[in-house]
Amino acid sequence: MPSQQSEPPDNRLARLRGPQPPQPYTARKITALTANPACARRAVLDAAGVDKALLAQRVGYEPRFGQSPFALAREQAFHGLVKWGSYAELIRLLREQLSVPVAEAHVTDLNEVGGNTALHLRERETRRLITHVASGQDVRLILDRPVLTLEVAGQTAYLEPDALTHRIGGKFHVVLIRSFAAIDGQANPTAVAEAAKQAAVYVLALHHAFETAGLPTEQISHEFLLVCPKDFSNRPYGRLIDLRQELDALQFQLSRLRRAEDLAAQLPETATLDTARSADELSSSIEALDASYTPSCLSFCEMARYCRDEADGCASPARLGSGVRNDLPGIDSTRTALDYLDGVAAPGEAEAEAAARLRAAARLRRLRQGAA
Amino acid sequence: MNVLSTVATLTASRTGRAEPLTTVRHQHLDEKPFVLVPLTLAGEACAPLAALSGTDPEHPTLLTVRQPRNRAERFRFAERLAALLLAYIDGCRTETEPYTVGRGKEKEERLRCRRAPQLLVPNGEGISYVRLLGRLTRLRATEGPYAVDQSVPTLGKWLTWFADLAEFPDSGVLLAMTRLLAANWATGQSSSEDSHLASLLAWIDPPEGSDGARAAREAEDPAVWPPAGPSTDPVFDRTLHELMTRYDEASDGRGREAVGRQIDRELSGQMLPTWRLMWRGVELLRELPEGAHVPGRWALDRRWFSEYAEYLEADGRPQARRDQAVRAARRLARLEDAVTRYEAQRAYDDPLVMAEYELTGEAFTGTVTARDGDRFIPGERPGSQVWRPTITLRTGTDVRVDLAVGTEVKSPARPGQEARILEVKREDDGGHAVVLQLKGGFARKRTPPAPPGTLAEAGEELTYTTLNPTAMPSALPDEENTPWTHGGPPQPYEPTDEDAEETWE
Repeated sequence: MPSQQSEPPDNRLARLRGPQPPQPYTARKITALTANPACARRAVLDAAGVDKALLAQRVGYEPRFGQSPFALAREQAFHGLVKWGSYAELIRLLREQLSVPVAEAHVTDLNEVGGNTALHLRERETRRLITHVASGQDVRLILDRPVLTLEVAGQTAYLEPDALTHRIGGKFHVVLIRSFAAIDGQANPTAVAEAAKQAAVYVLALHHAFETAGLPTEQISHEFLLVCPKDFSNRPYGRLIDLRQELDALQFQLSRLRRAEDLAAQLPETATLDTARSADELSSSIEALDASYTPSCLSFCEMARYCRDEADGCASPARLGSGVRNDLPGIDSTRTALDYLDGVAAPGEAEAEAAARLRAAARLRRLRQGAA
Repeated sequence: MNVLSTVATLTASRTGRAEPLTTVRHQHLDEKPFVLVPLTLAGEACAPLAALSGTDPEHPTLLTVRQPRNRAERFRFAERLAALLLAYIDGCRTETEPYTVGRGKEKEERLRCRRAPQLLVPNGEGISYVRLLGRLTRLRATEGPYAVDQSVPTLGKWLTWFADLAEFPDSGVLLAMTRLLAANWATGQSSSEDSHLASLLAWIDPPEGSDGARAAREAEDPAVWPPAGPSTDPVFDRTLHELMTRYDEASDGRGREAVGRQIDRELSGQMLPTWRLMWRGVELLRELPEGAHVPGRWALDRRWFSEYAEYLEADGRPQARRDQAVRAARRLARLEDAVTRYEAQRAYDDPLVMAEYELTGEAFTGTVTARDGDRFIPGERPGSQVWRPTITLRTGTDVRVDLAVGTEVKSPARPGQEARILEVKREDDGGHAVVLQLKGGFARKRTPPAPPGTLAEAGEELTYTTLNPTAMPSALPDEENTPWTHGGPPQPYEPTDEDAEETWE
């Protein structure tokens, strides 16, 4: 996808990326970033728009995320179904399942503006429409694929929610269309949680748009509409899901994100993240960025297996999961912890209590294992 | 996660081999388990793609769906799985044994099967698959439009029964291999990595000449070790997609059959490694001795099995789409009881599990230094005397005893004997002297001398804990006596036409 990420002329991040086209920020990337806000590596790579999958491959770690053609086909089919006939299915859903009085069914397609798909044009048009609808000068039931912006770590992210509607209770609602099934009214909780996090990103971006336009943000709902297939069929099913908790968490995490530019400024002048450069150059630049690896990274970050090997190398306790890490407060390496267990190193005052607990457990383990 | 497993994980991360977390196995492992390795089509809620199943490690039965979007083919898959699983279930019902329930007047003799089915799947997602496939098939009608074979709804009811019981930690009818193995061994990797069967087994049972850590990493490569399912590897899906397109477009029956056989081969190749790992896991688990409470828990599973089989013959209505409030409350209460009882039983059966409670101060171990076998104290009736011997336990110097005077405790060595802490005295060397008053467990004797073995000898090492595996479960009224304030007795679920016609796209 072509991107029009706005960039000041002398941009360290752009120089790091080199001549490669930048990868845009997506809601998924933002939620991944807030899942691990301490990770400077991911923050800089995303802000610079580096293709992480390609980068991981260049340093010897083929990412193992791929989408199955079956999953892709299903997703497209379901999206197509919901949107078919100017959102006929979605309108039916609004009427029947959410008892929304739908008088008119005016849909505006924001996938393009006069044949132009440029993000900044679509963003401007979205803002214009929202202003009109919010101030009552115009009516729209659904805005199809609007474009919103959000500041993330000092960078502007362009975001594209599936749809916006403002007919539920007279408020603006973000609509997400997902192809995981809701069986007897229950969907996979992990998938719903991920969708909710992404919806929170869109709602926050919507707040941003309202504030820029000087509109009252009370018109934005703190719920979003999740549309997914019902049971084992293809029929759309929808429910409103409260987002207040996700919104609070997201705002907090975004405020904690350090500005990616400040992080990048600490890199040596020779550093590069240009995927066309040699693996050695790339590795040393990646190493200069602090990662904060945890096993959960494996499920969403392309660089995770690189970081895992690095964490293995320095015996980071977090690589073994939060349980182990919590049992080793103040001890920054499992090798040190093992030295305390063996009695070959003496713990400092801060680690004394944790070390004593470990020693007691190890002693008991030896005793009870022998007892059997 | 507790400190003991942290120590085990640390040790494993150094040695490159998994470390034992238990001294016994706490789950029943049947002589003849039914192993099921399923695959589903990506992107769909529950579209069976293939399965390897059966009770013979050398001869798995291969089931495939060459055109998973075809409704009829999906139900044919369900029929074929039903033929295998229902035959296995029937085989468990051939022999019965009597047992008694209730006490006193309500005492009743009943019959239960000597065996119960045990279904083994690779991982937690496998359990979800069993639940979904059960939900999908149990509400189908066997006559009228969209009729399916009679075995399909029966399969659905049984699969739902398996999945419902799988939530209970004390049940062993449906188990996930990764969870079974991870309960017994700690690896030097995180728990999310342990949910990968090949990688977990590499730590426990590394190939010759390799260490677990390295082998586990190699096992993560889907090209070498296909995922244990039910989700397939997206790269493999590309191959499959191509074959299925060719299958659809084949111009004649012979060409189609040739492509169909190729699909079968490819799918089988994706599941066979997992099938072998499953049986390797079974072997490893069989090498562990069984915990003392395991046969008792399995007897309970056999009872549930017999009762459900009888229910299916007598009534046979399927489980509802969703539990009613009363049923849900009852189920939650049973679940909570089961968790507490299971945790206590595990600790009683396994000193390594008990050690967790010793570390948290809910249990302590000491050596008997003194005993008073002739002690009497005033009883409840005025002037009466009851026999309550005491023993004094001396703990090690670094043992914490956080239990207060008056706490009721028990020892796994004599679970029928109640003990109460009378005194805790801290000695100069840091150890504790604990005086315990004993009640009962003297082979029904109410006066001294204590029968041999019932009263601890000096020098005996004993562990006492607040855990009690025989604690009475919370009581709820019978289902038929649900008061009207709670909606009265719940009505069983009647499947509707809508259920039968439910699309399965």
